[in-house]
Amino acid sequence: MRFFEYESRAVVARAGIPVTRHGFAKTADEARRVAEEIGGPVVVKSQVLSGGRMKAGGVQFADSPEEAARHTERILDLEIGGHMPRGVLVDSRAAVAREYYAGVVWDGTRKRPVLLFSDMGGIDIEQVAADHPDHVARMHFSTRVPFQDWQAKQLVASLGVTGTALNRLTPIVARLARLFLEYDMTLAEINPLGELEDGSFVALDAHMDMENEARSRQRALLHELGVGDEETRQAREATPFELAGEQVDAQDHRGVAGNVTEFDGDLGLVIGAGGGSLTLFDAVRAHGGRPANYCEIGGNPSVLKACGLAKLVLTKPGVDKIAVMMSIVSNTRVDIVARGVVKACLELGFDPAEKIAIFRIPGAWEEEGFKILERYGVQYADRSVSLNEAARRAVARVQGGVA
Amino acid sequence: MPGTFIDIVIDSTAGADPELARKLTEVCPVDIFRAGEHGLELVAEHLDECVLCQLCINAAPAGAVRIVKLYSGETLPA
Repeated sequence: MRFFEYESRAVVARAGIPVTRHGFAKTADEARRVAEEIGGPVVVKSQVLSGGRMKAGGVQFADSPEEAARHTERILDLEIGGHMPRGVLVDSRAAVAREYYAGVVWDGTRKRPVLLFSDMGGIDIEQVAADHPDHVARMHFSTRVPFQDWQAKQLVASLGVTGTALNRLTPIVARLARLFLEYDMTLAEINPLGELEDGSFVALDAHMDMENEARSRQRALLHELGVGDEETRQAREATPFELAGEQVDAQDHRGVAGNVTEFDGDLGLVIGAGGGSLTLFDAVRAHGGRPANYCEIGGNPSVLKACGLAKLVLTKPGVDKIAVMMSIVSNTRVDIVARGVVKACLELGFDPAEKIAIFRIPGAWEEEGFKILERYGVQYADRSVSLNEAARRAVARVQGGVA
Repeated sequence: MPGTFIDIVIDSTAGADPELARKLTEVCPVDIFRAGEHGLELVAEHLDECVLCQLCINAAPAGAVRIVKLYSGETLPA
């Protein structure tokens, strides 16, 4: 889940990293008061969960509290990336001598966080990495062993930073790495990390994403930030189709049959199992298929939930057929999923043999599952057929070819 | 009324036994059985959730409870 900048600043400050004087305002009057308290020139920044604020006019500079209030009025009415702002961050304009970048991001391939540091801050780190790779230092670190200051020092020093700057940057970068671990972040970024004219360092902007599954564990932090349980904080609002998927999954406690994302294709997907959803989604696209949705099933959902999910996908406008596919499952019963998807077809008045392009779920109770599929003439595949081949067959059937 | 995939047949004498009704209600992991006013009742909407664990068969006197797989014609106990 994403945090607004003003919340990210609070997280950074909580970790002991210096930040510029700032305040959050929901009205022009509040912004004026914050600017008065700060004193001197300020920056007024729209608080939206979207990039491109500067280009869209969501970041404005003000030399007086009155000007800050005027900018706030305009910014509060400004939609950016489909989002209306929650408020504005009024930030003091620091006299910055140099900008750095410090960030931690989860590396899904290495399954470890990677700490990044650059002496070229203020611009996208991806751009710096592409154009000036020698200005980006990186190191993976353990999630099990406490992060040590010397690790941060080594990283910062690798870019040639020395002396006082090195000594001052080291605890900031180390605290950022610890913050990442303590708060279950998937991204913790300070950009720019400003070196002021007096040689001190301060976080000028921060961006935090927390692992969604950690919400319950991080309840205290979320409560402190005022983040309600109902706030999804996704990049866009969930569609009615996606909300219906949540309702399907919430029907009972058994397993998972949900986490639906809507697309506009004609092949409905009922997929899952240990990363199988992503693999299968990609495989369908690689074979020229057009998925109507992404979803996840696993953990032995009830017939009710498997049926509910299949019904939801089958009734999505534009869906021609569904493909029911998982990698080899030990914790989900094949026969239970088979019952669910066949029942969905029957209750909607469809012929399962026609509507189910392929059923490829090998694993626990597969013999029983295959009996059900044979009874209804559904094309199925066992573990001798790869996920990739199953996806190909599904695409071929929906495109009218021979599977 | 049977489910789409599963039916459960109860011997009429056993079905009237309140003690058996209590036992079956307790052992079934998917709440197919309910102890009603007139003895054992089946919850029709839960029949297809049957996981074929046979706990009900084991809890009842021999032959009193049978599970029918409507998709294959097989019956438990075999």
